Amino acid sequence: MGRGSPGILVRDSGFQDDDWRGEFIRWGGEDDHSALPDGAALEVENTARAENVVPLFERIALIRVAFPSHLDGRGFSLARHLRLLGYGGRLRAAGRILADQYAMARRSGFDEVEIDPALAERQPEEHWLFRANWRTHDYQERLGRRPRSSSRAGGK
Amino acid sequence: MYRYDGFDREFVRNRVAQFRRQVERRIDGSLTEEEFKPLRLMNGLYLQLHAYMLRVAIPYGTLDSRQMRQLARIAERWDKGYGHFTTRQNVQFNWPRLKDVPDILDALADVEMHAIQTSGNCVRNVTADHFAGAAADEIADPRPTAELLRQWSTDHPEFAFLPRKFKIAVSGSPVDRAVTRAHDIGIRIVSSGAGEIGYEVSVGGGLGRTPVIGTVIRDFLPGADLLPYVESILQVYNAIGRRDNKFKARIKITVGEHGIETFRQRVEDRFRLQREAFGGADQALLREIRAMFAPPAYIEAPTGAFDAALARDPVFRSFVDTNLHPHRNPDYAIVTVSLKAHGATPGDATAEQMRVIADLAERYGHDEIRISHEQNCILPHVHRGDVPAVHAALRKAGLATANVGLASDIIACPGMDYCNLATARSIPIAQGIATRVKERGDERLVGDLKIKISGCINACGHHHVGHIGILGLDRAGAENYQITLGGDGTETAALGERTGPGFSSDDVVPAIDRLIDTYLELRSDADEAFLATYRRVGMQPFKTALYPDTASAAGG
Repeated sequence: MGRGSPGILVRDSGFQDDDWRGEFIRWGGEDDHSALPDGAALEVENTARAENVVPLFERIALIRVAFPSHLDGRGFSLARHLRLLGYGGRLRAAGRILADQYAMARRSGFDEVEIDPALAERQPEEHWLFRANWRTHDYQERLGRRPRSSSRAGGK
Repeated sequence: MYRYDGFDREFVRNRVAQFRRQVERRIDGSLTEEEFKPLRLMNGLYLQLHAYMLRVAIPYGTLDSRQMRQLARIAERWDKGYGHFTTRQNVQFNWPRLKDVPDILDALADVEMHAIQTSGNCVRNVTADHFAGAAADEIADPRPTAELLRQWSTDHPEFAFLPRKFKIAVSGSPVDRAVTRAHDIGIRIVSSGAGEIGYEVSVGGGLGRTPVIGTVIRDFLPGADLLPYVESILQVYNAIGRRDNKFKARIKITVGEHGIETFRQRVEDRFRLQREAFGGADQALLREIRAMFAPPAYIEAPTGAFDAALARDPVFRSFVDTNLHPHRNPDYAIVTVSLKAHGATPGDATAEQMRVIADLAERYGHDEIRISHEQNCILPHVHRGDVPAVHAALRKAGLATANVGLASDIIACPGMDYCNLATARSIPIAQGIATRVKERGDERLVGDLKIKISGCINACGHHHVGHIGILGLDRAGAENYQITLGGDGTETAALGERTGPGFSSDDVVPAIDRLIDTYLELRSDADEAFLATYRRVGMQPFKTALYPDTASAAGG
């Protein structure tokens, strides 16, 4: 997703307009990071290897992971891996995500979900709020599986 | 056995409430069928040939009389009065209506059951040895491990949208009754040289169109590392498993394409991170789970009634010969209730039969029942003195078929009678073979023979690991059955080898007849089972018997 049509941001409190004002820089896994400004937002495919993003962790403020299809769960594991490797910045899942997947996104380490207006119309805010209690009924949490590093952004 | 605590109870109720909403949203159009599909699948609801089908999990095959009676009630109230036990320790109801499904799920939750993750591209119902906690040859009960994995995999945030379905099986005995090597992950409890209990983990096994025997990825994994290690395998698979082709999406293909060494390295890299992320709460929970699987309070009583019945009653004797298995307590026996009466649908049980089994479990079996991947029911703890009474009650209910492990104890998938993936019928072939075997009257003489039938290449009937495997295909609009020989699902796992051209539905039963005749001619003595004879003499004599008109049948 480019910067084009503004997406709708879903957080635990419901829908809100995107408050990120900067550019998203599409990252193709290249080694040369010199052009990347401090505080940048990175756009990555769900096929990216988290290890390769580690050198950028301190310089970027936001990573947006693309979800090309609601059937493709790679982005969840990528988020988890980024968190385990120590990424503490803002982490966003963007694209084809269902309200029913909101808890999965949050538990995997995402702070927020970005969807397009058409999806938001068909799956209105109440559907997402119904699943906003992602901290409850969490077997993995019960089993002591925690991300080593959680987001500074918080996602509240 | 495991008992839900408040957490489990709330989880399951909450899940039913979510599904109720999803059904409503599907009906009002805010979910498309494409979007609804993975959600209903994660709750066990399939769209089959004629109707919806609800697949209910029986985690690691264990249930009690109350749960069995509830299955009977569901079958009567919302279905057609019967259920079908499957090769993955599930029970399927073939005729529910969509609007009733949330109510059925609530009825299951009333007895601590669910249909969660019995289908879809997620970690499926974890299966285990059906003699767990009872078998004399066991190192440790696999069910606490399976329960831990059930909890870990339930609603796992990363693994609900994998490239493809993912199956895990656990065995606690050196004798592998759980077909672990035919699973995406197979876990065998092993003891290290120093006496420490850990796991042998294999990966990339599976049947289907590309059958593969799993490869050991870790020969000894310390017990405490299980969840982070399994999670690492799933993470690597989720990241690099193929999503471009459904038929190449299982982990067996991932492991095959990358090679086990590369795959293992990637898993180990992840594992280093994962291990730190597990704080030990899983091990504390495992200890609590283990306590719930403590052995029952065995009774001490005379076993004279058993010996007397054995001496007096030849029907009882033949039941004992085939349907009893050694229990770890010498005064007890493991009793298998065959759901394979000659000519019946393998794995089907009526509500009435379910209640008979529930009553017997309650009265004579320490209230425990198991479902085997071989589609039978098991009373794992019966005092030998009570076996005659159990047998008599089973006879009265038409459930005393003495054929466990014999030619008519056939595994068969639902096939074209129910399934929309099937390319041929399975059930009528199983019925035909069992009826023929009964006419022959020599199945006890033939002895140990596992016949497994799948109605399509997806191999739900495990035909690849049948001593005789049968695969039903569609050849230009006609059902055609290919035969494989020499498959083995145990610790000496092997895939069957194809005999040659397939047979029509009319010719397949006579073909099996000829295979049995050939075996009886060739075996060195009555103790050499079919599989052993096949391994000794090879394919050729069986091929000659199957294709008498061709001097040397082509492999086609």
